[in-house]
Amino acid sequence: MVLSKAVPSSSHDASLDCTFASRYVRDPLPRFKLPEESIPKEAAYQVINDELMLDGNPRLNLASFVTTWMEPECDKLIMAALNKNYVDMDEYPITTELQNRCVNMIAHLFNAPIGEEETAVGVGTVGSSEAIMLAGLAFKRKWQNKRKTEGMPYDKPNIVTGANVQVCWEKFARYFEVDLKEVKLKEGYYVMDPEKAVAMVDENTICVAAILGSTLTGEFEDVKKLNELLTEKNKETGWDVPIHVDAASGGFIAPFLYKDLVWDFRLPLVKSINVSGHKYGLVYAGVGWVVWRSKEDLPDELVFHINYLGADQPTFTLNFSKGSSQIIAQYYQFIRLGFEGYKNIIENCMENAKVLRQGLEQTGKFNIVSKEVGVPLVAFALKDRTYYTVFDISENLRRFGWIVPAYTMPADAQHIAVLRVVVREDFSRSLAERLVSDIHKVVQELDEQVKHVTKVVTTQVDITARGGGTDGALVHKSEQEIAEEVITYWKKLVSHKKTSGVC
Amino acid sequence: MPENTIPKEAAYQIINDELMLDGNPRLNLASFVTTWMEPECDKLMMAAINKNYVDMDEYPVTTELQNRCVNMIAHLFNAPLGESEAAVGVGTVGSSEAIMLAGLAFKRRWQNKRKAEGKPYDKPNIVTGANVQVCWEKFARYFEVELKEVNLREGYYVMDPEKAVELVDENTICVAAILGSTLNGEFEDVKLLNDLLIKKNSETGWDVPIHVDAASGGFIAPFLYPELEWDFRLPLVKSINVSGHKYGLVYAGIGWVIWRSKEDLPEELIFHINYLGTEQPTFTLNFSKGSSQVIAQYYQLIRLGFEGYKNVMENCQENAMVLKEGLERTGRFTIVSKDNGIPLVAFSLKDHSRHDEFELSHHLRQFGWIVPAYTMPADAQHITVLRVVIREDFSRGLAERLVLDIEKVLRELDALPPNGKSMKRSADVANCHAALANGHVAKKLETDKKTNAIC
Repeated sequence: MVLSKAVPSSSHDASLDCTFASRYVRDPLPRFKLPEESIPKEAAYQVINDELMLDGNPRLNLASFVTTWMEPECDKLIMAALNKNYVDMDEYPITTELQNRCVNMIAHLFNAPIGEEETAVGVGTVGSSEAIMLAGLAFKRKWQNKRKTEGMPYDKPNIVTGANVQVCWEKFARYFEVDLKEVKLKEGYYVMDPEKAVAMVDENTICVAAILGSTLTGEFEDVKKLNELLTEKNKETGWDVPIHVDAASGGFIAPFLYKDLVWDFRLPLVKSINVSGHKYGLVYAGVGWVVWRSKEDLPDELVFHINYLGADQPTFTLNFSKGSSQIIAQYYQFIRLGFEGYKNIIENCMENAKVLRQGLEQTGKFNIVSKEVGVPLVAFALKDRTYYTVFDISENLRRFGWIVPAYTMPADAQHIAVLRVVVREDFSRSLAERLVSDIHKVVQELDEQVKHVTKVVTTQVDITARGGGTDGALVHKSEQEIAEEVITYWKKLVSHKKTSGVC
Repeated sequence: MPENTIPKEAAYQIINDELMLDGNPRLNLASFVTTWMEPECDKLMMAAINKNYVDMDEYPVTTELQNRCVNMIAHLFNAPLGESEAAVGVGTVGSSEAIMLAGLAFKRRWQNKRKAEGKPYDKPNIVTGANVQVCWEKFARYFEVELKEVNLREGYYVMDPEKAVELVDENTICVAAILGSTLNGEFEDVKLLNDLLIKKNSETGWDVPIHVDAASGGFIAPFLYPELEWDFRLPLVKSINVSGHKYGLVYAGIGWVIWRSKEDLPEELIFHINYLGTEQPTFTLNFSKGSSQVIAQYYQLIRLGFEGYKNVMENCQENAMVLKEGLERTGRFTIVSKDNGIPLVAFSLKDHSRHDEFELSHHLRQFGWIVPAYTMPADAQHITVLRVVIREDFSRGLAERLVLDIEKVLRELDALPPNGKSMKRSADVANCHAALANGHVAKKLETDKKTNAIC
């Protein structure tokens, strides 16, 4: 006879637990100190993934110009290149060559005066910030060298731009000790005025920076006019002040939509141009490009010739090690889309921007501040700012999932506040229509609240009036007094978010 | 740019195929930069690929992950912080950006001080060893700071603290020490530097600080050598940089810089931008960039924890020893790297009369291995080394196979006629030694693979 025995079950093996059964979702996440122990990779993945669910949805982030969608085939290439350090040029010669091809293509797109088979002078960067710093450094060094040979002082370089410049120009100025001379804006004119700019130019000016695709309104500055006026000034004074075009957004729009717009190397004073690959270059965040007109515009002393593991490599970047994925992705886009593909995409963006603009105009509540020619975006201000502002609209739109930022303009137009929607490749017509309808809803809600508040306050005023006065006599307030009280009451309810700088 | 669109499958295939001719990142033994991560982390990275890091208002959790990493790294480096005090630091694209930010902070502090004293502030300099990585030279050139280098010598391939302190003058904005020299993995003696510099400061009334470039060593020393005092425990150390993408075990594209305290980062360098609604203080050179590497760094820090990092580094050390011993056993090599330091093995041929290290490196490529050969900087340029970096994903099996393949290459080279250049170099080396013995500075050699900067 076989006796059966009760065998105690083995103690619980915690490694079998699904993450949500384990202690890893009970322990607080480390914030200050490196935890002592390891945790399973599934747990690490899950806790981080879950917290990140509370980030905004990148594709509904209508604040940003930066690409938020790419084809799966490209994602595949990106994944495969994640472990390639771009700077190892000797080990990854193909990747290095893809960068060179991109530089050549972009230089040709910008009409750089190079021969058919000549290599362009340019480099891939992490973004337009790095690109602008490199371009600025080249201008600074060229100017310093010139002043030294002339025996003139070279300790006070300056750069002339509009007050609408993106913050990276201010960074360049502050970190590289260059004075920033800003041309102020005015109501109705939100870009740099070429005449005022040229008036500010002096012997210490290392360059004038024009923007193709102003951050705030998407407008293109008149680079051609700037070139003409500056050529004249240079002739009069004997100076040699050049132009840099910050085409961060516009560089991949103008060549496809506005072929006749002369803004690039076709203008003789334009010596360098930067463009963001990760804006309308249609690549994820992390790639920019700067192209110089010719070798002479990039002082050789700034270029490092390093022996990178066997071969001489000329490099001019601020960053060193970085991923290769975005460079490969940029090349993918160039050969996948070609000229016609980019053109089609940007045309679609412009169409959808128009749908949005017309929808907003139809509400009757907004003034459109952006122009139709420029980067596909819609910047709009409230006609009536008495009861609520664009900041309130921006906040309320978040409930629907939309991120639409509100800004005040820089000096001297700070009293103007706008909402800005950037139309990217992945913002389809149906999303545009949905946004219009949600903006409608928000505005209606805010209007309702105003009416309700007016009623409440007016009622309170009446009650106070009837109960006030020592002799019990009625106190009547004028309509204006009542309106003022309502506005004060309302403004107290709604919080105001003032802003001073924008990106 | 081509005129026409092509199908996405075609674009993918063409590019994928050309890229097959790139080297294999995992066999690239030249680089310190991480070439493998767990699939779970790859998943998080891919999901974050369309998040622009700088949109702090839109992605508050991602921003917070960066802050947590800064705090953890600051604590790892013994920054003098309270329990819940936020550290002063930032994530960067790599140690180059980190070093530029740190250098900028030193430069601005020194300028402000000199202005307040009414003294000239137009000739700032920085003191380092000749073994510095090229990004210090970039910083010097782009930000107009003079670089005063302490030259090396045969047998001593890092910065000599005594010589460094001698070079310090009233225009010195900082002395930069390296924890994990690029060439041979050695840790410089930061403690000795600190002690000597304190003395000099008290003699002269100056206030020269130290920056530690811990690009490689910052994620090694705390785990393998916790008693080694090199970080904020030394009072003159005001900032430290480390590469997240080296022994931080994250793919290329992330570095960290930590300051001792708020006072060490001049407020005027910080930008308070209104990024879409909220105020954000930022101090970086780059603006828009991907979020994936920051998230991956946080993943590694909580996934591995202290014990995980320690285990990985110990494994690397072990495998480095296996490689080193295998090479010693061939009897053909001198080991130039130290046992303590970064897990790497730098080695030279004992006999240069017939072939040199560059040829060995060349021949190893046939087997798929990328093992670089370098000449040392001044004043040891006559020394050439091969260098193998042991990363997390270089297992013992690979170490043993590498030794076997090196032995094969030696046999191949022995069968070949001597390399004419090599013979000339041999003679040059002899001349060099003679010149050194006579007290002359070593001449630069005429080899076609001259280097003056190394990575």
